[in-house]
Amino acid sequence: MIPARFDYLRPDGVDEAVALLGPGTRVLAGGHSLIPALKLRQTTAARLVDVGRLAALRTVELDAGVLVIGAAVTYAELAAHPLVRRHCPVLARLGGRVADPQVRHRGTPAGALAHADPAGDAPAIALALGVEVAVRSAAGSRTVPAGALFTGRRETSLRAGDLVTAIRVPAHDAAWYEKFTRVSHMWAIAGACAVRGPSGVRVALANVAATPWRATGVEGALRDGATPAEAAALAADGTDPPDDVHGPAAYRRHLARVVTGRALARVTP
Amino acid sequence: MKISLIVNGTLWQGDVEPRLLLAHLLRERLRLTATRIGCDTSFCGACTVLLDGRTVKSCTVLAVQADGGSVTTAESLAGDPDDPATWHPLARAFRAHHALQCGFCTSGMLVAAAGLLAGDPDPDEDAVRHGLEGNICRCTGYGRIVDAVTGAAAEMRSAP
Ligand SMILES: Cc1cc2nc3c(=O)[nH]c(=O)nc-3n(C[C@H](O)[C@@H](O)[C@@H](O)COP(=O)(O)OP(=O)(O)OC[C@H]3O[C@@H](n4cnc5c(N)ncnc54)[C@H](O)[C@@H]3O)c2cc1C
Ligand code: FES
Ligand code: FES
Repeated sequence: MIPARFDYLRPDGVDEAVALLGPGTRVLAGGHSLIPALKLRQTTAARLVDVGRLAALRTVELDAGVLVIGAAVTYAELAAHPLVRRHCPVLARLGGRVADPQVRHRGTPAGALAHADPAGDAPAIALALGVEVAVRSAAGSRTVPAGALFTGRRETSLRAGDLVTAIRVPAHDAAWYEKFTRVSHMWAIAGACAVRGPSGVRVALANVAATPWRATGVEGALRDGATPAEAAALAADGTDPPDDVHGPAAYRRHLARVVTGRALARVTP
Repeated sequence: MKISLIVNGTLWQGDVEPRLLLAHLLRERLRLTATRIGCDTSFCGACTVLLDGRTVKSCTVLAVQADGGSVTTAESLAGDPDDPATWHPLARAFRAHHALQCGFCTSGMLVAAAGLLAGDPDPDEDAVRHGLEGNICRCTGYGRIVDAVTGAAAEMRSAP
């Protein structure tokens, strides 16, 4: 399949990249969501701005306890990076397991957040971790919390001129992502990420709603003294899972409770 | 757009449309047809090549993204068709273990296996299976492919 025509630009720096962005222009990172969509002509772009090689987006560092992962860091690089392995093992583990090796060599977690597939793993994990995405645009810099990023099925609050430059992961005590799939390298039929941090346990689910889903009922029950098993029983409350060839909605609700229970068991003492 | 890349050790320079896929550049412009296009939707791995030493699905990489890089295709694992001694150990092992039937997946499997062994010269069965997760074979049931890759790995480790 051949995509429709587009122009391709490869800026040398972040400022230049931001200056090139605007309506009709798409950021190209690893291309492992965008290129298939362009080939299938599910989406169009007048021009692509390739940020995949920008050195400023390819760094991982620790900034006062916050792990800052550059937007062009690939899954495979995440899996191998000592700082990620030490300070955010849940993302390091995702980096070594999501999809397949070829996809991990190109795809970026930041691109997955911008793509905002509710079935995606990184969006649910980001929501549970409470990450912020650092954004640059012609108007300046800002950060967007994951909770304000996902607005609909593959829709975000990012605008046409926005460039995500990094993912900022706050410190936490323990985190686990539990995913149920039909074959190991595929999207979650349902997934749950549980994170224990200074303000309690946060839980977010993959593929049970139009956006990655924060299971606030589970979190509240735990705060009120419920056991992990009691809290996990509430995981499907409020969800609206897809009903498709990979599984009926009722099955996904069941799985939501199961994967939440397993994830909680990993992070609660 | 003018791009230059090294393909199997040889410099290639040319003018390409930005929308040209790396798989199409290899097959149609360079006539390196070992790289297959199977699913064309980034699932099957038949189009796997090494880009700067890492496996990628060339149906999901733009040729312009490979500009300045180095590409290795299954052709680089071949030798004299009549003389297996000249083949890459992986190619020999696939033959010895009957690790192919129709052969459509084979070039992608070989390149994926080469990429795997470059990072892990002694993978156990589990590591081979996970390492080849991006490559689908509809014929063999994978068992013989796993045997071939572990067999080739052993040979490559013992080679001087
Ligand atoms: C075969 C296959 C299997 C997969 N399996 C899984 C799976 O099991 N689980 C899973 O979660 N995902 C899976 N994925 C999806 C994968 O995780 C992609 O979502 C991820 O690679 C996207 O990152 P990218 O860098 O490739 O983004 P791109 O494709 O380059 O971009 C995706 C979107 O994000 C935008 N974007 C990218 N970077 C930025 C930025 N810095 N600033 C602003 N916007 C940006 C782009 O404009 C585009 O709209 C799979 C993909 C494939 C091809
Ligand atoms: S043809 Fe590229 S993955 Fe199938
Ligand atoms: S040998 Fe036929 S698909 Fe693998």
